[in-house]
Amino acid sequence: MTSGNDRADDPTLHETTPPANRALLTLAAVLLAIPVIALLWVDSYARVDPKLGPWPFFFWYQFLWVFITAALTYTSYRIVLVARPHRPMHEGDER
Amino acid sequence: MNDINGVALTILILLFALVTVMGFYAARWRRPHSMESLDEWGLGGRKFGTWVTWFLLGGDLYTAYTFVAVPAAMFATGAVAGFFAVPYTIVLYPIIFVFMARLWSVSHRHGYVTPADFVRGRYSSRGLTLAIAITGFLATMPYIALQLVGIQAVLEVAGLGGGSNWVAKDAPLFIAFALLAAYTYSSGLRAPAVIAFVKDALIYLVIIVAIIYLPSKVGGWEAIFGAAEEKMATPNPATGAPTGSFIPTGIDAHWAYATLALGSALALFMYPHSITATLSSQSRNTIRRNASILPAYSFILGLLALLGWVAIAAGTQPVGLDGEPNAQLVIPQLFEDMFPSWFAGVAWAAIAIGALVPAAIMSIAAANTFTRNVYKEFVRPDATPKQEAKVSKLASLVVKVFALAFVLTLDKQNAINFQLLGGIWILQTLPAIVFSLYTKWFHRWGLLLGWAVGMVYGTISAYQVVNPVTGAHFGGSLDPIPIIGHLGYIALTAFVINVGVAAVVTLALRAGKVSNGTDETIAGDYFADAGDPRVMKTLPGLDESVEGVSDSR
Repeated sequence: MTSGNDRADDPTLHETTPPANRALLTLAAVLLAIPVIALLWVDSYARVDPKLGPWPFFFWYQFLWVFITAALTYTSYRIVLVARPHRPMHEGDER
Repeated sequence: MNDINGVALTILILLFALVTVMGFYAARWRRPHSMESLDEWGLGGRKFGTWVTWFLLGGDLYTAYTFVAVPAAMFATGAVAGFFAVPYTIVLYPIIFVFMARLWSVSHRHGYVTPADFVRGRYSSRGLTLAIAITGFLATMPYIALQLVGIQAVLEVAGLGGGSNWVAKDAPLFIAFALLAAYTYSSGLRAPAVIAFVKDALIYLVIIVAIIYLPSKVGGWEAIFGAAEEKMATPNPATGAPTGSFIPTGIDAHWAYATLALGSALALFMYPHSITATLSSQSRNTIRRNASILPAYSFILGLLALLGWVAIAAGTQPVGLDGEPNAQLVIPQLFEDMFPSWFAGVAWAAIAIGALVPAAIMSIAAANTFTRNVYKEFVRPDATPKQEAKVSKLASLVVKVFALAFVLTLDKQNAINFQLLGGIWILQTLPAIVFSLYTKWFHRWGLLLGWAVGMVYGTISAYQVVNPVTGAHFGGSLDPIPIIGHLGYIALTAFVINVGVAAVVTLALRAGKVSNGTDETIAGDYFADAGDPRVMKTLPGLDESVEGVSDSR
């Protein structure tokens, strides 16, 4: 398997972008965009109620996004690994 | 009120002396044959392993920005001025997730260490490369200045300095600055690497104690939010408007909050020290994996920001030695008021040392950028390693002297503004760096012209913001956004203008079929990973040695 028999004959192979599953990449991009949009849409959370104990909504909501963002980013990471598997380069099959 | 607190001051001085000795001793750490090369001075002999690198990265995270500037902004004018740091440090990671892996791959395939190296490889344009390198150097200065303000805040609360005489007033700052400059000069990157261990231990200790202990001392979070809400609603005697915002209300405040967060997030990873640190990770995916756990840091940052409001509930009076109120002093003052003396000394030392380490790292990264991309590129292409090291050492002094000039000339009442000013400049390099990772559609002269227009617009707009109380220029980083009309972070407005100019010029030059320079990269370079040909296990000049420095490991 690793002896190079999976190597393409085309010497310009690496001048192209490695193949990817576009649908999965888009999904990963959407997951990454969610926290950015949610946190920049300040109007959606700049309010006092509902409070969490003494904490106004504005503050606990943003702290909550720390965890949501971590989960979404990790999910995206797993998805991009599948969406675009690494295409190894070999000595000699580049220009 | 700022009588000298003997116990706290003694502990501060002892810890400060300890790290100073460590800083000088670091030159001999792991015994380099000689410090007379950029590898040894600027990159610690390229022998840092995972642990040291981790501590160095930690040095970038907790700085005077986190400990002094953000809580001070919260204390003085509330959520819009300070709490935006929380969404800023959250959205930062999804953003770097997207482009940093590509930058890692292409940099490792071609041995790029600075963003300017990449731009040179992509466009073979010396003008654009020079613009990127100089901007990195320039934008780092106010960021270092912010660290110096943090050190000064601690010294002032400790009762050092003061008096009406200009020289005597700033003398402790000059001494701290001279020590930093001296051991950075003699030990290079080894100094912050060695000190970072002490720094991190102190900082984590102080953060945990402060966040758990202080709120309970002032009556809990109910009392904290109540006191903050009351202060923010009170009219400011100078302007008649409310002091600040408890929660951003109104469309202007929302725009300001969102643009400050987004602009800061886009800017952070354009700084030379951030990029170099990230490129030193061992594989393409390390960065993306880390991006999913690093937001945890934002949680602590949010709690530290709220310490500014804890100080409101505690009735902290941050008054400088000149008798004037100064919000930057609020956290050191809070620690002095609420902690036993000995622990106040430890907490002060944590802040001061926590500012020294990043200041040293930033000045070294800026100096290396200058040496690689300006001196060796334009002045002396055949420079010997010894000459390079000498230039870098001098450049690290120059960058710090300019940083000192920022401290002495700009309005220190709003130190967070130093970081925001750096952001205005560094963000203008984003199109040339990040866009070029994806497309070569933009023309190199378009990118250069867009950069120039963005820099000029951003600098002039920031200069024209006048602090209503002190009358000082560079009084803030918010300005009405043209066309939209609401308040926005100047960096982002300048960035949009920058991209617009770049696009228009590109269209014209493409129509005229003007050469866009030769590109030494190929599409596959942007996806390479450890194990691929020419992908060095580490970059030349980063982390572990590549060519084997023939030493006993």
